[in-house]
Amino acid sequence: MSTTVICLENVSKRFIIRKEKSLKERIVNRGRSNLHKEDFWALNDVTLDIASGTSVGLVGPNGSGKSTLLKMIGGIIQPTSGSIRLRGRLAALLELGAGFHPDLTGRENVFLNASILGLTRSQTEGYFDAIVDFSGIERFIDTQVKFYSSGMYVRLAFAVAVHVNPDILLIDEVLAVGDEPFQRKCMDRIRGFQKEGRTIILVSHSLDQVADICDRAIVLENGAVKADGIPRVALRVLRDDFEITRLEDVERAQIAATMVGTTAIRARVAEVTLATDGALASHVTMRPGEDLKVRIRVETEEPLDDWFLGIAINTSLGQCVFATNTKLMEIALPRVTRAAEFQFRLPRVELGEGDYSVDAAVFLASGLEAHRLVEGAQIVVKASGRTLGFLHLEPEFTLL
Amino acid sequence: MSTEALVRARALAEEPLRAAGPVMGFASGTLNSLRDLWAHRELLGLLVRREIKARYKDSVLGLFWSLLRPLTMLLIYYVAVGKFLGASRGIDDFAIYIFTGLTAWNLFAEIVSTGTSSIVANAGLVKKVYLPREVFPLSTTGSALFNFGIQLLVLIGATIIAGKLPNGANLMYLPVSFILLLAFATALALLLAAVNVFLRDVQYLVEISLMVLFWASPTVYSWAQVAKVAHGWLAEIYLANPMTLAILGFQRGFWVSGANSVVPDHLETRLWIACGVSLVLLWLCQRIFTRLQGNFAQEL
Repeated sequence: MSTTVICLENVSKRFIIRKEKSLKERIVNRGRSNLHKEDFWALNDVTLDIASGTSVGLVGPNGSGKSTLLKMIGGIIQPTSGSIRLRGRLAALLELGAGFHPDLTGRENVFLNASILGLTRSQTEGYFDAIVDFSGIERFIDTQVKFYSSGMYVRLAFAVAVHVNPDILLIDEVLAVGDEPFQRKCMDRIRGFQKEGRTIILVSHSLDQVADICDRAIVLENGAVKADGIPRVALRVLRDDFEITRLEDVERAQIAATMVGTTAIRARVAEVTLATDGALASHVTMRPGEDLKVRIRVETEEPLDDWFLGIAINTSLGQCVFATNTKLMEIALPRVTRAAEFQFRLPRVELGEGDYSVDAAVFLASGLEAHRLVEGAQIVVKASGRTLGFLHLEPEFTLL
Repeated sequence: MSTEALVRARALAEEPLRAAGPVMGFASGTLNSLRDLWAHRELLGLLVRREIKARYKDSVLGLFWSLLRPLTMLLIYYVAVGKFLGASRGIDDFAIYIFTGLTAWNLFAEIVSTGTSSIVANAGLVKKVYLPREVFPLSTTGSALFNFGIQLLVLIGATIIAGKLPNGANLMYLPVSFILLLAFATALALLLAAVNVFLRDVQYLVEISLMVLFWASPTVYSWAQVAKVAHGWLAEIYLANPMTLAILGFQRGFWVSGANSVVPDHLETRLWIACGVSLVLLWLCQRIFTRLQGNFAQEL
């Protein structure tokens, strides 16, 4: 059984960007005040329902309205139109250590920050040891916070944050703090929250993190919901978008290169084909441990000198599991005048079960990417089904 | 789904949906604000403590500094205005008289000036966490009250040393004057704090206004001296200033030697009326504050 805990109806938010702030400027510019205003719709007619116990990832390019949406759910800013309704206790982690006062000691700040996040004094006292223990800075707890290193600061802040007891937790880009062991501790804590049926709304630029934690992803673009569903599908939409942006950037870089005098060479990856032992095809099905040949056909309009070739194997979510290029392999490629074919041989490819795609790209000596063929070929790996993950191993188990 | 999750989901299903953020509207909004503030009373306490602790942290004399300022003011006015300009003639126990006025005035000035900049000063919090934003002006009010308390102790100590401990019926003036002062100052602090977010000039305007208004109340001179030059409607305007009334009320209470001095007609009635008006003003300003606070986060 699940209940709707957050209900957004036709929510829109308009920001008016004024360019003057002081009284003098307003009076001087009064007649032309409309010239100094700019409308900007950060969110446009967003309708969402979020059920209790789900972990939702809000993703999108910069300026797509993710943080604005999160702040509105948190009640920090009000929508221009539409309604936002909630159930249950809410805690917002939009910034770690919001309200930490540099002149107070760690202990005093724990109480203040916990209170800001909605804990009562007696609750904080109950959690205090756990908070200090989680942060791992017992020795400095009675030192003024201004003497803390930035790592200690966020550790303490996060420790307080994970001990609040909300039904809904809003997180904005704050998970990537501290060193690796601490990050793992944070992620364990988040998983604990999920198991306890708390609703988590996470804004992140790390798509892998969203794919990892969330069971629902919402892609925002220019203030509107572009995709909404299981992370694999939604993130796919976003990655395609990013790919388009990337291609535009590549094109722009090429144009810029032409401008400064180095002629952009129109070379491209025409085709990627794969084979295990049979015939070459753009689509292969293989078992873990087989050898894989990757054949790449490069075509160019002008002679191609001083260049290198790269390949990458990506998961269906777009995460790279393997990549290499001839520069890393320290191989000098010959001059290509019109077209040429090259082959990478990857021995014993121990990929885990799943779908993968192969990208290939031509780079110029400067590192400038001349062309990339995205998802040039597909690999389907069929394994025993006894293991999970991207790496295939034959596990053995013994009772000792 | 684990059992814990099921229990949580079931409990949540019982709760009604509520709006995110503050509720507008007059009656229901007021109730909501009060409930919200009550729920955050512990935070308010912590913020007040933060204000007090952080202010003189790392200074050797610490809290003593908050006392040194009014004492210095007392000395300056006692010597310059009292002795050189001769204002102390006709005012018995001039030091106690001035200090009574200064204590009341300092409370007002501190609430208004620190309150005005309180939202802007806490921009980091306002932008990142939802809290009833009234806690910021109210926390500065709290720390001003703490300073007021210290000065009050000094004042009472001085009356004991002078052998003129406040007593009798005139003590009745104190609670009403205090409530009037507090309500009026807090109302202004709320209003100005909200307006200051949109127009930063306000905080400078407030500084100057406080400087002027200090002389518009009988702190370092007496009402008798005003009454000599201001008659009729001019006196009425002078007495319409809530701070004038509050300071006169404080002086009735603490300045025992002046028990027989000249006071305006119907001082007590005026105090009660001003007190009522200030309370209404406080409520109105809180509503305006709620109305404006929706845009705080984006304006800061």
